[in-house]
Amino acid sequence: MTVLLNIDAVTKRFGAVMAVDRLSLDIYENEFFALLGASGSGKTTLLRMLAGFEMPEEGAIRLDGADVARVPPNKRPVNLMFQSYALFPHMTVEGNIAYGLEMERLGRGEIAARVGEIMEKTQLSALAKRKPDQLSGGQKQRVALARALVKRPRLLLLDEPLGALDKKLRAAMQLELKRLQHEVGITFIVVTHDQEEALVMADRIAILKDGRLVQVGSPHEVYEAPASRYAADFIGVTNFVEDGGRVLAIRPERIALFPEAADRKVEGRVVARAYHGLDLMLHVATAMSAQPLIVRVTAAGADRRPVAEGDMVTIGWNDADVRIFTD
Amino acid sequence: MLSQSLRARLLMAPALLWLTAFMVVPCLLILALGFFRRGIYGGVDYTFTFENFRLLADPLYLGIFLHSARVAGTATLIAVVVGYAAAYAIAGAPRRWQGMLLFLAVLPFWSNYLIRTYAWIVLLNREGLITQGLRMLGYEGEPPSMLYTEGAVIVGLVYNYLPFVILACYAPLSRLNPELAEASRDLGAGAFTTFRRVVLPQTLAGVAAGAVFVFVLSIGNFITPALLGGGKFQMVGNLVYAQFLTANDWPFGAALSMVLIAIMMVLLMAQAWGTAKGMGERNG
Ligand SMILES: Nc1ncnc2c1ncn2[C@@H]1O[C@H](COP(=O)(O)OP(=O)(O)O)[C@@H](O)[C@H]1O
Ligand SMILES: [Mg+2]
Repeated sequence: MTVLLNIDAVTKRFGAVMAVDRLSLDIYENEFFALLGASGSGKTTLLRMLAGFEMPEEGAIRLDGADVARVPPNKRPVNLMFQSYALFPHMTVEGNIAYGLEMERLGRGEIAARVGEIMEKTQLSALAKRKPDQLSGGQKQRVALARALVKRPRLLLLDEPLGALDKKLRAAMQLELKRLQHEVGITFIVVTHDQEEALVMADRIAILKDGRLVQVGSPHEVYEAPASRYAADFIGVTNFVEDGGRVLAIRPERIALFPEAADRKVEGRVVARAYHGLDLMLHVATAMSAQPLIVRVTAAGADRRPVAEGDMVTIGWNDADVRIFTD
Repeated sequence: MLSQSLRARLLMAPALLWLTAFMVVPCLLILALGFFRRGIYGGVDYTFTFENFRLLADPLYLGIFLHSARVAGTATLIAVVVGYAAAYAIAGAPRRWQGMLLFLAVLPFWSNYLIRTYAWIVLLNREGLITQGLRMLGYEGEPPSMLYTEGAVIVGLVYNYLPFVILACYAPLSRLNPELAEASRDLGAGAFTTFRRVVLPQTLAGVAAGAVFVFVLSIGNFITPALLGGGKFQMVGNLVYAQFLTANDWPFGAALSMVLIAIMMVLLMAQAWGTAKGMGERNG
């Protein structure tokens, strides 16, 4: 794998706020990379530095080996899809998409061909003559994406690209984005605050907190082997149990209900049941922790042995499924 | 129950009544006046004639109209360029300063028009502040002649109407999403192309409103040409003024006024139509 982008000890302050704090990260060619973090963790600031709208105070940003930290946005082979989409309201869909190619002074024929091709790929052909105000949220999102993709950048940055869509459309677009990325062969960095979205879409995920990296790894790594208590809490649902200065972390799906064999067994009372369709979350109050432990039971399992609120149950897990943090 | 539209009409009635009584009726009276003869000793001789309107085509009066249009047009052009630049700078300033900067920009407006215009006489006079300033810098020669020139009239018009342009242009500029300009840069456009293709088209409504305002008020203005043009540069406004107050030819004055009003109406309607069309496009 070749490194496309090398972010080297980059720092950005806004007054007293450390928006990005000596952050280093390598992104590989053709990767679908997700930047995940709570609101205010510095995701947008990092993207804006990569696009050229903010200048890092310290550190280097190397694209294909060359430092671009001081190259203006219109001179970088990088495009940003804005969180607000930032479509030009006075131009048609077609006009919006062609704009970036007109800036490259390509011939009319080539512009028309490339605009047509990308509209085909993003299912916008029928909307070519519309203005942004005549589009739905999902359509606007696709225009913003097409407008950036048509430039064929080395690197495409997407700031919360699905943030404004409703849940069902989001799920469809997550797969759509991934399909498009494969098809065009462009490296994507997607910012999101939705951990599930990051898990579904990305080849690798970076978790950001207060402008610093908490963990970088594949979805499987960050989910199954979170590097810190913060990472474990941020990605998915985790039960934390204090255990003599240590913290045990265990995922709800790793706790068994009425286990036959388990390294650790504990009695508890069901204080709440939350039905999620595919599965059921039981909140079980035990003597082990102040918070009830969350246990995930499949719908099929729940049918076999129904439990109600107030029931006493036995739960258990294996030591191999527990992660131990000392912070 | 009153129907929705009837209630809306009733609510509008006082305003319409006011407009009819104090705008439409006087305008119609003036229009009617334009079709009568001038009495021998002033006053109006109520016999019907087209003479006044025929007179408008006389090269002398046509020339004054064209000259007025040129002066007003030049003032409009300068006011729009300067006003847009000022509005752009204000809209780009930190938010907490913008209110103050706007207030300062329109401050001269709160003083009397005549006083503001006289202030320019003090400045441009042969021995005025500008000449004195030059003398202090060691200038020995003849004082420059600035007052009573066409330039002085244009400066006076620009100065007086600039706040309108600043306000008209500031409104759309301050509403503009700054990410649009960033998106343009991101897609490869330089600063100038971004301005020409993204910023300007979205603020054109403000430019048009400001321009029509300056032009309409300038072409009918008679105070500034009289004071700063020294009577040498007769504009339509002065001509109308003279017909009513010195020449005592009310019918011809009325005909001249009608032409001015017609020019205003056409420009205002074109601007309103353009704005409505722009909005229609946006709302689909
Ligand atoms: N232009 C700015 N001026 C001042 N502070 C800013 C600016 N942009 C971001 N910040 C601050 O920097 C931090 C990171 O912000 P941001 O990058 O927008 O986070 P995220 O996108 O992860 O929500 C926040 O504390 C935010 O308040
Ligand atoms: Mg953000």
